[in-house]
Amino acid sequence: MKTFLILGAGTAGSLMAREMSRKLNANEWKIMLVDKDNNHWYQPGYLFLPFGVYKPGDVVKPKTKFIPRNVDFIISDIELIEPDKNQVTLTKDKKVIQYDYLVIATGADIHPEETEGLKNGGWRHNIFDFYTADGATALGEFMKKWDGGRLVVNVVENPIKCPVAPLEFLLLADWYFAKRGMRNKVELVYATPLSEAFTKPTSAKALGVLLEKRGIQMETDFYAGSVDSTNNKLISYDEREVPYDLLVSIPTNMGAPVIKRSGMGDSLNFVPTNKETLQSDKWQNVWVLGDAANIPASKAGSVIHFEMETAVANILAHMAGKEMTHKFDGHSLCFIESGYNKAVMIDFSYEQEPVFGSYPFPVVGPLSLLKETVLNHWGKLGFRFMYYDLMLKGIPVPLPSKFSMAGKVIK
Amino acid sequence: MAVKKIAGIEVQVNDEGFLTNPAEWTKEIAVELAKEEGIELTPAHWAVIDYCRKSAETSGKAPTLRTITTEANVSTKDLFALFPKGPAKKVAKISGLGKPEGCV
Repeated sequence: MKTFLILGAGTAGSLMAREMSRKLNANEWKIMLVDKDNNHWYQPGYLFLPFGVYKPGDVVKPKTKFIPRNVDFIISDIELIEPDKNQVTLTKDKKVIQYDYLVIATGADIHPEETEGLKNGGWRHNIFDFYTADGATALGEFMKKWDGGRLVVNVVENPIKCPVAPLEFLLLADWYFAKRGMRNKVELVYATPLSEAFTKPTSAKALGVLLEKRGIQMETDFYAGSVDSTNNKLISYDEREVPYDLLVSIPTNMGAPVIKRSGMGDSLNFVPTNKETLQSDKWQNVWVLGDAANIPASKAGSVIHFEMETAVANILAHMAGKEMTHKFDGHSLCFIESGYNKAVMIDFSYEQEPVFGSYPFPVVGPLSLLKETVLNHWGKLGFRFMYYDLMLKGIPVPLPSKFSMAGKVIK
Repeated sequence: MAVKKIAGIEVQVNDEGFLTNPAEWTKEIAVELAKEEGIELTPAHWAVIDYCRKSAETSGKAPTLRTITTEANVSTKDLFALFPKGPAKKVAKISGLGKPEGCV
């Protein structure tokens, strides 16, 4: 009996377990899946918690609901991965698992302790994150009672999960405070290490215009070095000071500590991975999916959905001793919720930056790229249903994996 | 993609002025590119540039800010003093490498 071991039962791990339980011969293969707990969070939903659109119960379900019965699911932390020995040691009972193939899908988390002073006195008082259910909920409680002031959103360093989330937070905050009749009492500031609102030229310009229209100030090329929570100031490495009354921080995102313990990661504990085959750069029988990999694609659920076809095909080809012909193109699709029941959508790949146009079909859309529309908003809200009720249950989602230029307008 | 003449040599550059072929880079080009950014190169600058060139040779890409500070023996604060505002981006440009991939 051979062992196909998957570490992490989030989006990537659960999808891989389901795919492999269908593809691998049950007489030959045992599929094992390990995660530290049984909560499957719908992470894109965190954004809505501070604004009261969702409650925590709306964005969590038991992982077991999405794991096929013929998969051996173990709840435990992972102590160590020893890829040279094809071996993983679990924390629970120090159980040792020998594997033939390994999939690493251990994700990424925020690390506020990486920034001097960020976790001091102000943390969860007037400094919050919205990348955890706890943080987003606590932030919501604070905002409900807040009588206004200077709200600063800061990305400490890139890459971060869902690179558009900070922009969405600011746009939703503009809408939220306007709705409460206190927008004139709130100053909104975006402090980012980027030189513009976003990374690539066309979308950076379009989204920059949107922020400006909504009265959101930008502090660009801002690398947060420390937080002075006594005087409520965010200080950059080149000694620029940004005062705040409420700091919404997107702390440094890093891969799982077990990656570091096992000596498998880069300086942020992301695993060096071939961006096309999704195989580990160093170990032939190791694949790395989703946020855990160092590939230059967005850390987002849509990317995992698009990666899956390539990863499954290449693993099966590798098992059969055949050439791996599938190449992941870096396809990513994001909705940018912008408040007032509207959203913007972007669709891009390694090669093609986000541009204007319609999706998925030319002209008729129905979704619009880089433009605020009501339909995009319903698309975004529909995603939670699509995620829990279709994608994770293995029911085909009508989103083709390959990036397509259809409907895109190049100026 | 465009061709630009730097320090008397014609090189390929992208829209943002980054060299697209690291092999076309020379030390003279670095001096000129640094001048464009308002930087006069000192031995401390060259230590970082040399590290970035070497790192890119093995990894095929420009190192991120965090990679430089963890591996090149330079503090983040000093790096900002050497290459003000986005140092990773600036040093990548001066070293004839692509834009660091941290920003996706």
